[in-house]
Amino acid sequence: MKNYLSRSLQTTIIFLVVAGILALALSGYLNPVSNIFSGSLVNFQTWVSTRYLAIADFLTVPRDVAALRQRNAELEAEISRLQAQVIELQNKVAETDTLAALVDFSRSNPTNTYKAAAVIGRDPSPFLHYVIINRGSNDGIHRGMPVVTNQGLVGRVDAVIGGAARVELITDPSSVVSVFLQNSGADALMKGSVSGDLNLDMLSQDVNIQTGDVALTSGLGGEYPPDLLVGQVSNVRKRESDLFQEATVQPVVDFSRLEIVLVIVNFRPVDISPLVPASSP
Amino acid sequence: MIRKLLAFPILALVVILQTTIVARLQLLSGSADLMLVVLAAWALQEQVDTAWHWAVLGGLMIGFASGVPLVATISGYLAVVGLARLVLKRVWELPILAMFFVTFIGTLIFQTISFVSLAASGDAITINDAFSLIVLPSVLLNLLIALPISAIMRDLGLWMYPMNEEL
Repeated sequence: MKNYLSRSLQTTIIFLVVAGILALALSGYLNPVSNIFSGSLVNFQTWVSTRYLAIADFLTVPRDVAALRQRNAELEAEISRLQAQVIELQNKVAETDTLAALVDFSRSNPTNTYKAAAVIGRDPSPFLHYVIINRGSNDGIHRGMPVVTNQGLVGRVDAVIGGAARVELITDPSSVVSVFLQNSGADALMKGSVSGDLNLDMLSQDVNIQTGDVALTSGLGGEYPPDLLVGQVSNVRKRESDLFQEATVQPVVDFSRLEIVLVIVNFRPVDISPLVPASSP
Repeated sequence: MIRKLLAFPILALVVILQTTIVARLQLLSGSADLMLVVLAAWALQEQVDTAWHWAVLGGLMIGFASGVPLVATISGYLAVVGLARLVLKRVWELPILAMFFVTFIGTLIFQTISFVSLAASGDAITINDAFSLIVLPSVLLNLLIALPISAIMRDLGLWMYPMNEEL
């Protein structure tokens, strides 16, 4: 009986203590204590979590680095491939632009028949201003045919083999072109030079030449068809003591950037040398 | 025999490089002459016995691609090889000095031959323009490429004449 009472009393006391604690907790009186407890718990959990993640990183990162390196290499290879593709496409766009300009030019000059050719080299000798093109006698190219771009006159075919031809540029020191100055109406001989300058020769002192005069082929001499644009007069030298005045022509073609040219295949130069009277001894 | 035949692809490659790349890289109006420097570097190797063949073949190939008369290119390159062989017999202590000397004098000789042959064929080139705009810049460019070309040709010579090197 005594034991039963004692056990009931213990249960009651425990119940009352728990109920009291719950009452105190619900009423907020235990917050400081619970904060201390929960704070310590959170701090400990944070410490454990941090250490766990550090250890996990330590164990897994090397594998990730290897994977990342492989991925990086793949992406770099992809970038290189795409960059090469971009350059290739840019080149194709530039080539297409050039070809489109040449097509426009050939359409605007329907009397001539053109054969397009790529410039594949230059003369090994610096004394000569020649270029090599990838069209030859197999494509109907013959010696003496004029070569142009959409900008203007380039030169004429000097030598031909089956699959290639050598073109003498109008800037070559041995090149002589009969030109016609559009504004002044004067005929002149235009000669090339070692430096690439184009000089007008045999210009009468009576002719009034102005800077900016447009020079076109005159067709005289039969070596070039008429009315091909050559360039503009950039400088005039007129001295009373000279028999002729001189002028310099700025070519419209950029000879340092020749890539694609047009050969006028329906023009054959006329050899007038038999008609030129022999000089008396 | 194989050594002589190897001259064809090697010199053909030189002509291609000369016409497509080297001739486009100009200083004033001058440009480097890859064939000349290659022939000079080749002829300056004692163990090489095909230098004269290379000079004739190189002259033929360049003469075929160029507007310069064939006789001028062949005789010009033969003169360069002759100069190199002459210098070789003098036993220069520094091969690279010999290379620079042959390149310098050889370029002057070759350009002079080219100039005379073109002038004789009617090209209106004044000697002042030729010297200041072509010859001097070409000499400078040839000297610039002489060092790397000399090293390449020396390796090629050692590869083609290994027994002589061991001796």
